[in-house]
Amino acid sequence: MEMFDQLFSLLGATIRMATPLIFAAMAGIFSERSGIIDISLEGKMLMSAFAAAVVSYETGSPIFGLGAALFISMMLSLLHGYASITQKGNQTISGLAVNFLASGLTVTLGHAWYSQGGLTPALKNEQRFTAIDLPGAEWMGENIPVLGSFYERVLSGHNILVYLAFVAAAVSFWVLFRSRFGLRLRATGEEPNAVDSAGISVAWVRYRAILIAGSLAGFAGAYLSIAQNASFIREMTSGRGYIALAAVIFGKWHPRGALLACLLFGFLQALETRMQNVELPLVGELPTQLFSAIPYIITVVLLAGFIGKAIAPKAIGRPYVKER
Amino acid sequence: MNPVMAESPAWVRVALIPFLQLVLALAISSLVVLIIGEDPIHAFQVMIRGATNTDFGGISNTLYYATNFIFTGLAVAVAFHAGLFNIGGEGQVYVAGLAVALLCLALDSTLNAWFMAPLIIIGTALFGAIWGAVPGYLQARRGSHIVVTTIMFNYIAMAFMSYMLVEYISKLGGNSTDSRYWNAEAVIPKMHEISSSFPYSLLNPTILLALGVSAAVWVLIWRTRLGFAIRTVGSNPEAAKYAGIDAGRIIIITMAISGALAGMMAVNEVYAAQSRLILNFPNGAGFMGIAVALMGRNHPVGIVFAALLFGAMNQGGTELQFEIPSISPQVVLVIQALVVFFTGALDQLLRGPIENWFQRRAIARSQQAAAQG
Repeated sequence: MEMFDQLFSLLGATIRMATPLIFAAMAGIFSERSGIIDISLEGKMLMSAFAAAVVSYETGSPIFGLGAALFISMMLSLLHGYASITQKGNQTISGLAVNFLASGLTVTLGHAWYSQGGLTPALKNEQRFTAIDLPGAEWMGENIPVLGSFYERVLSGHNILVYLAFVAAAVSFWVLFRSRFGLRLRATGEEPNAVDSAGISVAWVRYRAILIAGSLAGFAGAYLSIAQNASFIREMTSGRGYIALAAVIFGKWHPRGALLACLLFGFLQALETRMQNVELPLVGELPTQLFSAIPYIITVVLLAGFIGKAIAPKAIGRPYVKER
Repeated sequence: MNPVMAESPAWVRVALIPFLQLVLALAISSLVVLIIGEDPIHAFQVMIRGATNTDFGGISNTLYYATNFIFTGLAVAVAFHAGLFNIGGEGQVYVAGLAVALLCLALDSTLNAWFMAPLIIIGTALFGAIWGAVPGYLQARRGSHIVVTTIMFNYIAMAFMSYMLVEYISKLGGNSTDSRYWNAEAVIPKMHEISSSFPYSLLNPTILLALGVSAAVWVLIWRTRLGFAIRTVGSNPEAAKYAGIDAGRIIIITMAISGALAGMMAVNEVYAAQSRLILNFPNGAGFMGIAVALMGRNHPVGIVFAALLFGAMNQGGTELQFEIPSISPQVVLVIQALVVFFTGALDQLLRGPIENWFQRRAIARSQQAAAQG
């Protein structure tokens, strides 16, 4: 039974690690499927993590914190959109600028307001989203072998945002592949000319896509600072935006594939902390850095077409210019 | 009447417009300073004094930071000329730091600085070139996008270097996250060690290497066959194919050069200035190269000036925290971000109307001249 308990708590941690990646990857899919490269996931997450922590601390309400996160992330999306849709600027450069802006602003404002070198004050439990025990979790964990432990450790005991992440993935799939808006959005990323000739505004579709992306990235950021942790920490996203981007590519720009990729990357992160000083048979102790590098390595390998092939939306990165 | 092929004057394109874009970036950064309740004018005064004073090493440290940014700015620019966006400067610098560490740990008790310095330059360029050429190869031959690959390579470099530092290099006599100091005999001296007329600073002769490399890049891009091929691939890959240029090969070579340029930043930072390998030493300088290249319009002369400007901002930013403790030196990142916005993604916002205005004026003048003549 001990072995199952350990395995299930590893899976539980996997889900918690995967949550911000899932939100951010869905954000990336919406944006990139509409033809807008989203390097700025990292910056949007970072800035919204900061906004969530500040507003939760000042108002005492995590709901307001989440609202602030969504708002600020969507504002950054609009900035990115203005540069890349309206001004037809370079989307990669614009996305990078958003990331630099978020790194600079969070530390500058946090340092000025709380003088803790960019940290925000620690949040009390009622100021954040805390774990929810599903009904009967403890009883089932104690009395029902294996399945009860699975229920207690894997399904139960997460905060509301974790469950929302899975809902977000399902809804993303439905919107993108089952709704009229989704069809138009995907068409905009492949053949914007066709969308335009059908009398639909390419710019408006793309703006809506990146606003959805902004709100999803806002959930990811809020999760980091007011759910998983209890304050904002400088550079706390630490590359998660890029891992999410990797998951988007790994999942071939599809919510289902990206969800699985996020769970895989989350599993690696959960494993990283558990593998310190653990001797494995045959290979010995694995360096923890290896676990943090694996998502990036397999993305490179996948992109290079050594295993399968990841093909991006056709019109990605190209500003749409109406033909005269 | 001849139709006038009007182009706005060069000084407008390369000087006036970047200057106005910078002013706009500074103006918006001032709002941030106002939000945190400080006086932006005072803050800029402190920064300028901090970056330009001669008695406390202000100007020297500005030049020291500028040295780093010249290398990373050139790296971005060379790739840009081939139509490639190399975001991997950060990782290329980081891995090049390993070359310094390996050479110094192996040889710093046997070789003096005269023999060591050339080896270090070659080593950093080589390691940087490898870390740049692999994404170049993957783009050219396997079709993966250079932007995504170089981002991934940054993080792979971080993991790899942290492993090397923590597991091996630090165990040869440093702290847990940095190496031991290199033997002073094997390291080029800093300016204040060469002549007491220089104030104490991290400035060292690597800046001469940076200027020499800038000149070499100018020759390479505008005066050699390879440079012509690079620019052709960048501006029109189809035409390059018909001109018999192997675009894939050029992409790999360009990325190797770009990586080598970035890697040489480690000569300044790891070899000369810090004299040891420190965890995460690039500290954003690789990314800063993007802002430098954009502002310098991918021309070595522009890059040297832009690097000086960003070097001054970095140095001014570190001084800021002593005079106005509530302003974090990271405010420089905000300025950097806005410069990238206004010179890169939102370039046309100012450029369009200003260039139009000059063009219209030129056309009006020539029409006037034609009417009179």
